[in-house]
Amino acid sequence: MSAKIWIVLQQRDGKIQKMSWEAVRAGQTLAADLGGTAEAVLLGSGMQEAGKEVGQGSLGSVHVADDESLAVYTPGRFAKTLEAAIATARPDYVLFPHTYQTVDFLPGLAQSLDAALVPEAVSFEIVDGSVVWQRPVLGGKMFASVRAKGPGPVLVSLQSGAFSADELEKGSAPIETLSLDFAAMAPDREILRIEEAVGGEVDLSQAPVIVSVGRGIGDAEKIPIMQELADALGGELGASRPVIDSGWLPRDRQIGSSGQTVTPKLYVAAGISGAIQHLVGMKGSQVIVAINKDAGAPIFNVAHYGIVGDLHEVVPAVTAALKEASES
Amino acid sequence: MRIAVCIKQVPDIEARIRVSGDGTWIDEEDLSFVINESDGYALEEALQIAERTSGEVVVFSLGPERVREALRKALALGAARAVHLKDPAFLGGDSLSTGRALAGAIAAGDFDLVLTGSQSDDVGFGSTGTVIAGELGWPHAWLVMGVELDEANKKVKVTREMEAGMNEISNLDLPAVLEIQAGLNKPRYASLRGIMQAKKKEISEPGPGDLGLAPESLGETGAKTEVLSVAFPEAGKGAQIIEGDAETAARTLVEKLQKEARIL
Repeated sequence: MSAKIWIVLQQRDGKIQKMSWEAVRAGQTLAADLGGTAEAVLLGSGMQEAGKEVGQGSLGSVHVADDESLAVYTPGRFAKTLEAAIATARPDYVLFPHTYQTVDFLPGLAQSLDAALVPEAVSFEIVDGSVVWQRPVLGGKMFASVRAKGPGPVLVSLQSGAFSADELEKGSAPIETLSLDFAAMAPDREILRIEEAVGGEVDLSQAPVIVSVGRGIGDAEKIPIMQELADALGGELGASRPVIDSGWLPRDRQIGSSGQTVTPKLYVAAGISGAIQHLVGMKGSQVIVAINKDAGAPIFNVAHYGIVGDLHEVVPAVTAALKEASES
Repeated sequence: MRIAVCIKQVPDIEARIRVSGDGTWIDEEDLSFVINESDGYALEEALQIAERTSGEVVVFSLGPERVREALRKALALGAARAVHLKDPAFLGGDSLSTGRALAGAIAAGDFDLVLTGSQSDDVGFGSTGTVIAGELGWPHAWLVMGVELDEANKKVKVTREMEAGMNEISNLDLPAVLEIQAGLNKPRYASLRGIMQAKKKEISEPGPGDLGLAPESLGETGAKTEVLSVAFPEAGKGAQIIEGDAETAARTLVEKLQKEARIL
């Protein structure tokens, strides 16, 4: 049996979103392991150039749904377009980048196709001929191995960094037009505008050192101990989402999938458990130090150095040790 | 405005966890359970809307007996009544079969709006609200950071978080399902009076038959995925753990950053 694998890429204004290339690589790998073909799917308006760009990968073909109604994403139109295309071509696996856009429409697509849904996969293995997907649970503390059951396509979204876009195989794929009744697809959401979220005054991407604080700080009044450490290291203060949501630091200090992505020389994570949404924003840092009282926190899996302890004791001690070292 | 709120009870994520005997989930004994974080924000938003519109909040949850405690808490915070889907046929499903059951229970009421969290802190499919919307045939939005009701025109304007610091502002026709992102509001604490009143509020427990749902479409049987096992990430490739009391560990860390990592 030869498996047919589809990869649905995400684009904005014809520019392919970064994680989509990783999904293409995942599709190529799955096709090789299962003995099948990987084909790309692109939705949008004015997709000729983007289609050609995708066609430079080693793929069976690139299916392009090109229509004015797809210029701006709406879950109704995107899900209905894919539903019609998948029902006709019947791929066995359909892979997506695990972006906020994907999560917005993918469950509805799975439901209308009566398909299995595996969100946020980070890897897969073939066990007795079937594909077993690994995905994080409990905020990344553990990983679950999940398998689809029953007939029908399997829809999978792939977490950022799970596959490397650097390993993409080149080729030349024919472009095929998906001819569908676009007029029949209701948007189910009236997009008024897309705008930049407020904030963004602080650009953390250029900071050589970032000292980041998480939920473990417990209280806004304790933030100064983090600032003192940041000052001692000549760095900037960052935070994980719960700290921002609690209003303890402004949103432009947030690091992670809905905040900034940073790759400083030194990243100190204190009281941050290391949910995948945070890790995608900082795991490229050169040296990562984790301070957390929970020895099982997933942050210790990406950190280079770890101290298991209460940040309220450890952070001031590190600040003091830095001052001591600079004086000696 | 009549609002249905779906909440999930999840294990306290800070707790020490062990794999269960059959290897497919964690041992729930000795764990404490809390209302899923983003569901708490959804409940608060619903309570605020109900207060402004002289409306009513009904809270729904699917899960075993322990879930009653989470529903009691929601009642203490201000929900008028609760619906607990605890029949064994409902349990052990994925977001598709769980969403189907919750939608069936919601369809039995007359609601203008469904609010729920965007993602559970345990399984984290981020899908149940969207599935509920699909079952009801209502529009939905995931990762909602702002809600502005326009009752006269039966619309709701939502701000939805996108990647790279962008927001999408859109209008949805009511009734609709909104999946709330944590941080939307400031969830309240239960008052003593609320806790007392909650004791008298109704928690109904309909079964699949009461909702007109076929048991085989629900729970574990109705799920399209199965969890084979759960495991902790591989040990060994993680951090070099620095031992000692705070002062000793801090000094060792600084020394390592200077001499080993050479970044200070």
